[in-house]
Amino acid sequence: MTSSDTRKSLVLHGVVLVLLFAVQFAASDYMTLTLTRMMVLAVFAMGFNILYGYTGLLSLGHAVFFGAGVYGAGLTIYHLGWPVPLAFAAGIIGSAVVAAGIGALALRTVRDSFMILTMMLSQVGFLLVLYFNTVTGGDQGLSLPQASRVFTLAGASVDLAQPVTRYNIAFVLLLVTVALSFTLLQGPFGRVLRAIRENEARTEMLGYDVRRAKFFAFVISGTVAGMAGAAYAILFGYIGATFTGIQYSIEALLFTLLGGAGTLLGPLLGTVLMTMLIDRLSEITSAYFLWLGFILIALTLWFPKGLLGAIRQRWLPWLT
Amino acid sequence: MADVSFLKTEALKRHFGGIKAVDGVDFTLNRGEIRAIIGPNGAGKSTFVSLLSGRTEASSGRVVFEGEDITRLPAFKRVRKGIAYTFQITNIYRELSVVENVAIAVQGRFSNDASGARHPAGAIEPEARAILARVGLAEMAERKAGELAYGHQRLLEVGMGLALQPELLILDEPTQGLADSEIAGFCDLVREIAKSATVLLIEHNMDVVMALAGRITVMSQGRILAEGSPDEIRANADVQAAYLGK
Repeated sequence: MTSSDTRKSLVLHGVVLVLLFAVQFAASDYMTLTLTRMMVLAVFAMGFNILYGYTGLLSLGHAVFFGAGVYGAGLTIYHLGWPVPLAFAAGIIGSAVVAAGIGALALRTVRDSFMILTMMLSQVGFLLVLYFNTVTGGDQGLSLPQASRVFTLAGASVDLAQPVTRYNIAFVLLLVTVALSFTLLQGPFGRVLRAIRENEARTEMLGYDVRRAKFFAFVISGTVAGMAGAAYAILFGYIGATFTGIQYSIEALLFTLLGGAGTLLGPLLGTVLMTMLIDRLSEITSAYFLWLGFILIALTLWFPKGLLGAIRQRWLPWLT
Repeated sequence: MADVSFLKTEALKRHFGGIKAVDGVDFTLNRGEIRAIIGPNGAGKSTFVSLLSGRTEASSGRVVFEGEDITRLPAFKRVRKGIAYTFQITNIYRELSVVENVAIAVQGRFSNDASGARHPAGAIEPEARAILARVGLAEMAERKAGELAYGHQRLLEVGMGLALQPELLILDEPTQGLADSEIAGFCDLVREIAKSATVLLIEHNMDVVMALAGRITVMSQGRILAEGSPDEIRANADVQAAYLGK
């Protein structure tokens, strides 16, 4: 990729982010809330995409990292009364540790076995949450105490009951994720990941430590997903077992596939479209999962590269 | 001479179940030579070079490269030590551009430079383009690698090997699938490479072998049957019996 391509791509990402920031001045409270949720879930999907879209490793258990973030932040607030910023860090670190552990195990396998193993290990997380329901609240979940809805950060008081505050926290999270991903994936490490995705055997024979690179990608991917989980718990004040369930793993995959795996903004676009769709569908029918299944089939048949993937192929080859 | 033990194997074996693909090979390669390994199908040539490159693990025996036992070293570490391998079946990044294919190889060398020299990221692409020029693919730099003609894909593969600046370049049937018109150019390229690297090639095309190789090693049934100059091999009765089927 040439430097002018990078510049075009940077401008596009900048414009999208500026628009997203500006939306809050025009949006209703409901819209603001929905977008906040979308942005946090988009960060989750972006984390997933680092592993799937850029490294070519399909994990079917990313909910466990999201969940590790949710519980890392939520439980430290609920039981230990940690201040919000510290609990947020605990969520991130917790998910990084979980990702390192699961990665060390799962990366011993490839393809189908890798998918099955990540899914199983994720279910272990889900079942642990249920098993220790006296601590975690099980599938009933826990509401975080009101006291944790207001905290001070660098002298400023932050009130999480304010939709606009939550919106901007989610926005900053998204901004940081996009910036980090851009730097990481456009640089030498991104080249290694793409090389592994395209041809693992060849990459090893060019002198790359493929196992180590895959492990790093796995941990980064899981940590970003966990960061989204920690933010979700803090912003919405609720933690529950569903966050570690298979549904969340599949949603990360769906969002990414729809928007375009291996594109930076694909997960964001996919998350926005898909959550809107789920909202509409669930108003009409209780069988909305059936429709999601049809969408997934249609995607694989006609848009295997997702919306942004197709756009990149046809019109915007410089898209990152 | 200190250089004689550039690459050496001792009683090297690789058994797949009951099949003795490589069955006790003592082999020595000297720095700077172009060596060809020939032999009938199933002689164990590909398995043997896989043991050298680390793609296959030895059942027993030793591989010694520049005085160091590398028998248990994983493939990528051998690459970093200077052993580059090009695949028998063309193995490139088909979905990526030609220049990106070589850039990945260049970055691989830069990031593992044993001399500790630092290379700015901006140096990768110019270096990749210079290598493309060397193998004659400069005009196709922006094309998708998978869309190149087969002969050009082979050249690209060699270019990726070159990008590693290897001390030993292993070419597994490099001219397979090349048109006769392309083979002469390919031989020139190998000679050019041999100025800076030792070349070990498996080759079926006898014209290529006789034109390029300083010495020839003949394998049969997992063992070394004979070794010598092209003329000696031509005259060897065992080789004629086992290999030429006469």
